[in-house]
Amino acid sequence: MSDHHHDHASEPGSPLAETDLRVRALESLLVEKGLVDPAALDAVIDTYETKVGPRNGARVVARAWVDPAFRARLLADATAAIAELGYMGRQGEDMVALENTPKVHNLVVCTLCSCYPWPVLGLPPVWYKSAPYRSRAVLDPRGVLREFGVELGDDVEVRVWDSTSEMRYLVLPERPAGTEGMSEEALARLVTRDSMIGVAKVEPPARGGPR
Amino acid sequence: MNGVHDMGGMHGMGPIEREEHEPVFHHEWERRAFALTMAAGFLGEWNIDMARHARERIPPARYLASSYYEKWLLGLETLLAERGLVTRDELATGRPRGRSSPGRVLKASDVGRVLLKGGPARLPERVPPRFKPGDRVVAKNVNPVAHTRLPRYARGKRGVVDRDYGVFIFPDAHAMGLGKKPQHLYSVRFAARELWGPDASPGDAVYVDLWDDHLDPA
Repeated sequence: MSDHHHDHASEPGSPLAETDLRVRALESLLVEKGLVDPAALDAVIDTYETKVGPRNGARVVARAWVDPAFRARLLADATAAIAELGYMGRQGEDMVALENTPKVHNLVVCTLCSCYPWPVLGLPPVWYKSAPYRSRAVLDPRGVLREFGVELGDDVEVRVWDSTSEMRYLVLPERPAGTEGMSEEALARLVTRDSMIGVAKVEPPARGGPR
Repeated sequence: MNGVHDMGGMHGMGPIEREEHEPVFHHEWERRAFALTMAAGFLGEWNIDMARHARERIPPARYLASSYYEKWLLGLETLLAERGLVTRDELATGRPRGRSSPGRVLKASDVGRVLLKGGPARLPERVPPRFKPGDRVVAKNVNPVAHTRLPRYARGKRGVVDRDYGVFIFPDAHAMGLGKKPQHLYSVRFAARELWGPDASPGDAVYVDLWDDHLDPA
């Protein structure tokens, strides 16, 4: 894994500094022309940085694990079931939940662009939008999963879902063993973004970890 | 269009690079480029399919060398110029030559409501489906220069309709300004071996969302 947090935007003459200037120029141009309201830009950014993210999806998954009636509703009409928790709208207008089982593993990709269920997972990580993932997820899903540390047996069917339409897919991962009796809130803390894309499994709680 | 954006099945793109504790945005300009795209989209001058098509038209070498939000920025500049909201001269100089008179501008107080409402692609039109779950279909072998959501790797391949999602906007028409062309959208299951040959894992499958106009009976 790489760790590239450094912001090169401040280095004069770098391509990022150029992009930075270009975006600033475009924003001031659009504001001066009366096409955008800067306060609206701040509100959009704040929504996706602080309000919408994978914790939403984790709550959906945890609810499905503890409430069989909700799970049934989620698998029958994910849009309506997810809306029960208040998550809906942009890039999640029509949702489908895909249930992982010991015999079926679902994996979501968008080969043509970067479609992703924003209301439940937030904005996608860089790797999901990258050429390596988009090119290989459909051709070699088992190899991709291996890179993420998931090794599946030949008896498991891998289903790759290419998000070519406005349907948005959320993987319902398997509930890990050893979580009986855990609260819905504690279960939600176990659920990772990657498990809801289908590139990871949900790990059981570490011994002595949060309960 | 057979662009480099249609990358399902390509080799040589390298390892998948993950970042631990990845922030939502890596730079301030990414925040602004994202929000500018959302706010400009609200003007109603183009639809989401046109926006995707604008990004697909980025020349291939530049597309591959650009980050996600750089592509958004390039796509936004293309759309603004093509719709006449800004001129290429204004984009180059950053200086406005006059105000536009937009139909609707996104206000901060409307952002929450607008994002929760979304932009549904599902349509109320009653159009009969051409296929039903279980039907064997073949994805058309077509190579349109225009926008299409039928990926190259599925063209000419045989699959089975898994689900009928109902009536939706047809993006291949919508992106080109040819209307919504309401029709059924399906999830079509293609066996991995049908797509990739005998080396693929025998039980695995790829599900692709395709519309009536993409499919023929097999």
